[in-house]
Amino acid sequence: MNGFAIQFLHGLCMTVLVAAISGVLGTAVGLAGAASKLSAYRIPMWLAEVYTTVIRGVPELLVILLIYFGGTAAITFAIGRYVEISALSAGVIALTVIFGAYSTEIFRGAILSIPRGQWEAASSIGLKSWQIWLLVILPQMVRVALPAFCNLWISLLKDTALISVVGLTDIMRVAFVGAGSMRAPLTFYLAASALYLLLTSVSLLAFRRLEQYIAVPGQLR
Amino acid sequence: MQIDIFLQSIVTLANAAFLTIALTVPSLVIGFVISVPLAFMRASDSRYLSSAILAYTYVVRGTPLLVQLFLIYYGLGQIDVIRHSPLWVLLRDPFWCALLAFSLNSAAYTTELFRGAIQAVPRGLVEAAEAVGMSRLQQARLITFPIAFRAALPSYTNEVIGLLKASSLASTVTLLEITGVARRLVSETFAPYEIFLAAGVIYLALTYLVTSVFRLLERHLAGAEPKVARETAMLSLRRISP
Repeated sequence: MNGFAIQFLHGLCMTVLVAAISGVLGTAVGLAGAASKLSAYRIPMWLAEVYTTVIRGVPELLVILLIYFGGTAAITFAIGRYVEISALSAGVIALTVIFGAYSTEIFRGAILSIPRGQWEAASSIGLKSWQIWLLVILPQMVRVALPAFCNLWISLLKDTALISVVGLTDIMRVAFVGAGSMRAPLTFYLAASALYLLLTSVSLLAFRRLEQYIAVPGQLR
Repeated sequence: MQIDIFLQSIVTLANAAFLTIALTVPSLVIGFVISVPLAFMRASDSRYLSSAILAYTYVVRGTPLLVQLFLIYYGLGQIDVIRHSPLWVLLRDPFWCALLAFSLNSAAYTTELFRGAIQAVPRGLVEAAEAVGMSRLQQARLITFPIAFRAALPSYTNEVIGLLKASSLASTVTLLEITGVARRLVSETFAPYEIFLAAGVIYLALTYLVTSVFRLLERHLAGAEPKVARETAMLSLRRISP
């Protein structure tokens, strides 16, 4: 177990790294998705609808496998010889796609909860469309979206464990290798559980602090 | 993209859907049965009882299902008492391990879901039930749970779909359900697009089926109650869980 402490630390960093990158990229995808779902144009609305319906109806593991093996096949086809896509990039792409689909729904709901009057007031004082989004809608939307976003972030953290199936050396993979070589699966998987629990607990606390920080004093949510 | 491989694998994978269903449905039923008493305990006024249940739901909801599955499938064998008990016949079989992991996982999520709904049942209804002399069990069975269940149904649908998708993890412990068969077919043919897309189509069909069935159930239950009670229940639920 001693030699594995440093390995677990590396795994922990990898898990946090993958979650952070796909969380940031996925949030961008989600904002774009929500904007296109609420747009006046038919085609972006329709595309975003198909995107969220399909991704939310399919297992996360399947998306990861499709992007890992499909990506390998695509690169092999393009280059002409067998090249494997790295588990890290396949995992980040897959989790971005998944996070984007779920956060689209969260952001859409949060934007819809902002009273119509806010848009009208913003445009009546002469703000441009992008200014309305950036200065009026997004800051208010964040407050509404935050609790659901926290849940989504926690499930993203847990979903990173699935990338170990295609070989990313995250917490789960370290535990799997350690359990096999030391013949002590119980110890290693309990250690992995403790690390994941630590990550989710820290996230929960951080989001709670953030919620308190951005809450409007005296206003019940 | 070869269309014949796609169509062939749809047929093969549709057969594998039976194992997916055989994993999902019993896990849901067991999870439901465990979660109802747990939810009442979690919603109870006793702080010790409530936090004991919270410890369970917090740990299960805070760790990946994959870790829980491996902990049960690989980990339990390390304990001698279990290896020498008669239960070992079941616990060395990946199917029963997956079923156990999914049931415990689903129970934790469903407990929290019902807890929210139980706490959102209007106080007045419970007091009225008390006033007409119902016992605690009668209150729970006839008043609290039916109202809470209806209010929680949309979220419970999400939990059902979540578990259906989570059952794909069974492929990591050698079970040949939809994802497991898909992975094997890919390693045999190396046609990842066709086969994984076919698997995706089948999962989409299953989730669509679940959504439609639960929408029917929701409509059916909505007609069976006075409208006022439903609206107050929904309103107060909304106030507790945003």
